[in-house]
This record gives sequence, C-alpha cells and structure tokens, in this order.
Amino acid sequence: MKKDNLVPLLSLRKLTKRYPALVANDRIDLDVIPASIHAILGENGAGKSTLMKLTYGVIEPDEGELFWEGKKIKQNNTFSSRKRGIGMLFQHFSLFETLSVVENISLTIPGNRKILSERIKKVGAAYNMIINPEALVFSLSVGERQRIEIIRCLMQDLKLLILDEPTSVLPPQHVRSLFHALRKLRDSGVAILYISHKLEEVIELCDTATILQDGKVTGTVNPHERTVQELATLMIGRNIPQTKPRTEKRLTDTPILKISNLDAKSDNPFSVNLSRIDLKVHGGEIVGIAGVSGNGQKELSRVLSGEDLSHNLHPKIIEMMGKPVADLGVSDRRRLGFSFVPEERLGRGAIAPMTLSENALLTAYGKDMLDHGFIRNNKIEAFTKKCISDFDVRCRGTNVIASSLSGGNLQKFIVGRELSLLPKLLFLAQPTWGVDIGSATAIRQRLLDLRDQGVAILVISEELEELFEISDRLYVIHNGQISPSLMTAEIKPDDIGEYMIGIRNVSNNFIKGNNANQV
Amino acid sequence: MRIKFEARTEFSKGVLLSVPLITIFVSVTVSSFLLLALGKSPMMTMYSFFIAPFETFYSVTEIFLKFGPLLIISQALAIGFRAKVWNIGAEGQMVMGAIAATAIPVYFPDSTSFLLLPAMIILGAVGGMVWSGIAAFLKTQFNANEILVTLMLSSIAYQFLYYLLLGPWKDPMGFNFPQTVMFQDEALFTSLFTGVRFNTSIVLPILFSLGVWIIMEKSFIGFKLVAGGTAPKAAGYAGFSAKTAVWQSLLLAGFAAGIAGMSEVAGPIGQLQRSVTSGYGYTAIIVAFLGGLHPVGIVFASFFVAVIQIGGDIALVSADIPISAVRVFQGLILVFYLATYTFVHYRIQIDWKQQLSSAKASL
Repeated sequence: MKKDNLVPLLSLRKLTKRYPALVANDRIDLDVIPASIHAILGENGAGKSTLMKLTYGVIEPDEGELFWEGKKIKQNNTFSSRKRGIGMLFQHFSLFETLSVVENISLTIPGNRKILSERIKKVGAAYNMIINPEALVFSLSVGERQRIEIIRCLMQDLKLLILDEPTSVLPPQHVRSLFHALRKLRDSGVAILYISHKLEEVIELCDTATILQDGKVTGTVNPHERTVQELATLMIGRNIPQTKPRTEKRLTDTPILKISNLDAKSDNPFSVNLSRIDLKVHGGEIVGIAGVSGNGQKELSRVLSGEDLSHNLHPKIIEMMGKPVADLGVSDRRRLGFSFVPEERLGRGAIAPMTLSENALLTAYGKDMLDHGFIRNNKIEAFTKKCISDFDVRCRGTNVIASSLSGGNLQKFIVGRELSLLPKLLFLAQPTWGVDIGSATAIRQRLLDLRDQGVAILVISEELEELFEISDRLYVIHNGQISPSLMTAEIKPDDIGEYMIGIRNVSNNFIKGNNANQV
Repeated sequence: MRIKFEARTEFSKGVLLSVPLITIFVSVTVSSFLLLALGKSPMMTMYSFFIAPFETFYSVTEIFLKFGPLLIISQALAIGFRAKVWNIGAEGQMVMGAIAATAIPVYFPDSTSFLLLPAMIILGAVGGMVWSGIAAFLKTQFNANEILVTLMLSSIAYQFLYYLLLGPWKDPMGFNFPQTVMFQDEALFTSLFTGVRFNTSIVLPILFSLGVWIIMEKSFIGFKLVAGGTAPKAAGYAGFSAKTAVWQSLLLAGFAAGIAGMSEVAGPIGQLQRSVTSGYGYTAIIVAFLGGLHPVGIVFASFFVAVIQIGGDIALVSADIPISAVRVFQGLILVFYLATYTFVHYRIQIDWKQQLSSAKASL
C-alpha cells in the first residue's frame, strides 16, 4: 500500500468471536489508515457486521486485540469508542420518529438546542447534507434520516466512521449524494469503514477492500484495480452464478391479479395510507414493485394476502384468477391458487420453535395432508422431504426447528413450500433479503422457471438490481401510491429512482421542477 | 453487572422430564428447613404428604375423587394456555356448571328417570360454556382482556350462587342453611365401592383427556391453536382465525369446568352449597403448568396435586402443622417449578464486566 509509513488509525489483531453454532470472526487482522475509505466486503453471513460490532464495542471479542493510533485498547465499549472518535451507522436507524432532528441529536450530543441547530446547519452545509433541524423524523425520507445519523457522528470529533450497508435502503439518486459526502469526509481526514456486499459500489468508492469469507479474511486488495468478477470470486470463492436469459414470452389474455382503484386508509398515524392503486399481473410475467421501504409495501402486502381485511373493500377491487376476492380471507384466496412469501421469515412465514414438517403443514395443509381434520403425518413428511431436496435446503432432516436454519436456507424452504403448492398467482415480498448470493440466485432462477410455466408472479423488493434482473414490468410505490406500469427493458434505474423519491409524480408522468431538496 | 436470558434452541426429552423431579426435590428440601424452624418434624410431615395418602383404601379413593375435576379442568385450560388464551376463571365456569345442573333436581325433585344424570351433564356443560362464552364474545368483539373478564365473571358466578342458595333455591326443610335440597339417588353418580365417595363420574375426565390428547396430537384444530399461540402473525399469514381460537379455547374450558362442577354436586356433595368448587378452578391452572401443558403430563400432574392435597389434610392432623404451612409447601412447588422451567429453557449469562457507563452510552 502507498501509505505504509503512517501509523494505522485502527488495527485489529487476531480478533475472534465465537457463537454457539459458529465462529463469526476467526483471527481477523485489519489495518485502517486515516483519510481512506476501507471496504469490508463479504456475503451475508460472512461476519462483517460482527466485526464492526467488535470494533465499535457493542460486543466483546473472545480473543484478539484492538489498537487505536498504535496503542492497545484496554476497555472497549460504545461509550469509549465514541470518545475515541468512532461513529457508527447501523443498518437500521436509531432515531426516535416522533422527535425532531435536533431533539434526536441532543440525546447524544451535549449543548442547548439553539447552538445544536446552528451546528447541524453548518455541518450539513459543509458536506452537502442540508437538513432542517426542526423537522420531525417521521416526516423525513430514508435518505434524510441517514443524513441525520451521519451529521450526528460528524458533530463529535470524528476520526472513523463505520457504515453498515448504507445504500441497501437508498434510491440511486441518494446513493450518489451519499458517496459525494463520504468522499468529502475522507478528504477532510476521516477514515471510513464501509461494509457492503455490492461490488460495483466498492469499486467506485473505496480505496482498500478487505474481503471476508466464512468469518476469515481472504484478501485485502485495491478495488480500483479489480473487476467485479474478480472481487466476486474472492468474496464467494467462485463465480457469481447467473440466471438464464428468457427464451420465449407468452402471457395469459386476462390478468391473473387485478387491483382496481384500491384505497386503504389506516387509523395508525405511522402506517401508510394506500390510495388509488391500480395494478395487473398476467400469467407468464414477473411484475416488480420497487420503492424505498416504508412507502406502503407492508400495508399493500397485508391487503393483498388477505391478512388485513379491516378496510371493508368492495369484493371486486381485488380480483384473483378472475374472481372477486377483496372480501375473502387468507385461506379462501389460497384455495383459489394464491401463494405468498412474506418478508418476515421467522414469526410470519415460519414458526420459529416448530419443526420443518409442522411449518410445511402451516400453509400446505390443502395438499392432501388432512383426513377429516386429522393430520396425515406420512403426507407431511413426504411433502417436506421433497421440498427440502427440490430446493436444496441445507438442514439435518424434517424434524429440526425452523429457527435452527440459516436465513438463506429458511427462505429457500419457505419459497419452496409456497412453490410446491403449485400456485397460479405467486406473491413475494423481499424474496432474497439477507439471503446469500448462491441461494438468492437459486430462488430467482426458480421464479423465472415458474414464469415460463405461465404463473403470474408479483415481487415487492427494495433491491432495484434484483427487480431489473427478474421482472418484465415494474411499478414504483411511493407514499402509498403506485406509478404507471413501466417496461423493465425500456427504463433506466435512475428513472425508477425518480419515482422512488417522488420527483416524478407517481400518478402521472409529469416531472416536477427543481425539487432538489428531496435529493 | 447484567443478567441475560438466552433461549436454548435444543434440549433433550430427558431434560424436560427432569423439571418436575428437580421441582419436587427442591421444594421438599426447602420446606423441610421451614418445618425445622417451626419445630416440626420434616420426616413426619413428608410422610404425611407422600406416604400416608396411600396407606388406607379410603384415602386412595379420596385421591381419585380429587384427581377427576383437577384432570378435566386442567386439560381444557392447557389447550387455551397453549393458544395463549389466558382463561383463569375456570372457578366461575365450574360454579355455573354446578348451578345449571342443579336446576334439574331442584325443579324435578320427585323424578326418578334414568335421564336425570345425562340431562344434568349436558346442562352442566352448557352452564360452563355460557359463562366462558361471555368472555369469548367480549374478547373477540371488543378485544376485552380475557384474564380480567374471566376472573371477574368468577366473582359474579359466586354472587349468583349465593343469591340462589339464600333465596329461590334454599332448601325449605334445611334449617335456613344456605344449601339446596339433597339430590335424589337418580341424580347422583353411583359410588364405585361401598362406603367411599369416589364414583362413576371419573369416566368423564378420562374420556375428556383422551379427546384432548387426540385433538392436540393428531388433529389440525390442535395444530392451529398451538400455531396461533406460538406465532400469531404466522397463524394470520396461514389464514388461521384468531377469533376461532379464542372461541374454541374458552368454550372447551367452560365445557370441562361445567362438567367438573356438575360432578361435584352430583357426586361427593349431593346438593348445591357454597363450597361447591373446593378451589379446583384455580388449582387446575397450577396443574396445567405443572404438567407442561401436555395431555399426558397433566394426568401425572393432576394425580400428584391430588396426592399432596390429601396429604396436606393428613399432615394437618397427624404432623400437627398449621394450614398455612400446607399452603406454603404447595406454593413452593409452583414457584420452584417455574424457576426450574426457566433454567431449562434459558441459558442465564451473568456479565460481570458490563459497565454502567456503556449501558448508558448504548441508549
């Protein structure tokens, strides 16, 4: 490396953290030098987040040492880390939604409100992160909330900023302004630890990349000199599997799912009101719904699945397989050939302390598993075994409990269960969220195969790359409203991004003028 | 210092079986010390509790007499508890069952029909179900908390009982005692042996237990109830109705408690009087948990609790200990059961190094 003469800001030596079932970090060595952006690259489950929590002092290592500016750290906790000048942005924001920006910041930074407000404006201006200190957090976009967190870190004497997958929730436009701010920060002398599994980002932004695989460091490279394929090989130990391209296209004449002018208002001030949603999915196509999280995806999925019947909709507002279903419950919709994979795996898609067989029975009971209300164990067993082998679920048999499976394997099991029901209409929410690359590709390939067999598939996802990879058409959801249908082949991610942050009005194609305060 | 409870994901059947054994061992040890402090002989007391109940034929039949109502109520309550429907008002449902069944001998005192007893069983079950049905209705319609509703309904049931016993149903020949007429023989269960109170009503709890075992282990209804109790969102996702689960749990409990109440008035008591329940409705809650909420475990738990209840009565006399010492011993068993259960299901980590400052900072 070029700056070898510098004393590293932070050094980790043989850092090890063990959990009952696995070694999350295995003798990790790492040096972070000042004024650099250092990527920690690895798949889901490689141990990135654990490593950062060890660094920040959220958890304690079992073995190994940490050095700060050359001196050994004796006691590491979040309080002492912050005193040292380390700031951390977690994947999920730690903000109080009902408080204003300045109130949130005053919880950790001393000083009266007026002075803090001035400082927030000053810091914001210096790094192009303008924000109104008096704004209430729940009214702000995800990008703006992230800014609050960064500004909060900057308002202490910041030397090292740790970011955990900061772009996973952002639309493309916000990613660009975040990168801009991060580069400015680096140039002012701050070191940045950037956790990601997105290779393009790392190549674009980072000066050094340390790659983790199964809790071990497999290499430290200069990402500017590497290609995406090379980094991928280092990260997962093989090439990224690709999904097969589409061969032919056949759509059903009538839509399998049709939502007409759906309005769903809620009494809960923190949930999003759905308004005037129009949407169609034909057999033989995958339709994606893009959007920044918290724009009505959860509400839409509960209305669509039949779990939320509180809105007393006219039956014809939702039609499945040509039948009005808006007044029908979950099991009636399922009986028509509807299948659903929810975004929460444990507790909704599967019951944590129950076995895989019992979890198969949860939704597959219609598959000949009952005899006059009595459970036919042999049928369940056969179904579960087939599901496990067809979808390559790694587990020790049908009698292990759901929570003992890794996130990726459990998701494969849930997707497998829902696909084994041979649905005519399949609805998935965040199908590959937190799933390792291998499993994610396998799941996506299954969806493509199913589409070719004529199944109608609707996917809600916050990962734009995923939607571009698998969907034929896209809608964008923003603030409970949905955009016109967009052909994936004809539209660019940036255009989707404009819908996602509301620059482009979702209800028509008119582009509002300089709505730059949103960016 | 910080204490963390970490759920264990896997444990063997042997560990689960050890819970009641450890519980009994620790409770016996601790209460021995308490008895020593009272100047009573622990050996004598434990002998009264655990051995003496089996020494005479009569007391063995008394064990089974208590075993019946405890078994039928706790089996039904356990189903509700697994579905996370917290019915703690089995006591009131039992009272209402007893009242409803008593209507027949009160209004048909001269009938000798063989249909008397079956009609009383049906009325008893209906009486309990009406009472628990009120809680189910309020829960599903207005989301009223079933713990409060069932508990308060028990008080109302008692007041209704007192009203009947002091007013319209008071035995005119009963020297003004608050009790009804003695039931005619046709309205009573037959004793299984001469000279004992243990009677044919024992068939009902046994049949009911068998039914519960089939429902919970073999039927889809049982699966849906447990799924709804373990993960309500997953049950909603699968399309299992939470309201149905509330109705099923509560009606089943009312059914069982009502029959238990009927079996008391048509069995050992032979009339309706103030102390109709002997506290079975509340004791059954303990029994259900002691039995691990499992149909087979509950059979053993019911028997065990019946033994220590009879044993407690014997200890009062033969070991000369106060009634409160009996209650303390019975209470210790529940406390230690819950403690042992927690230790088996959770790994407790004490983190001595954790500083207060970091706890503050992490806010």
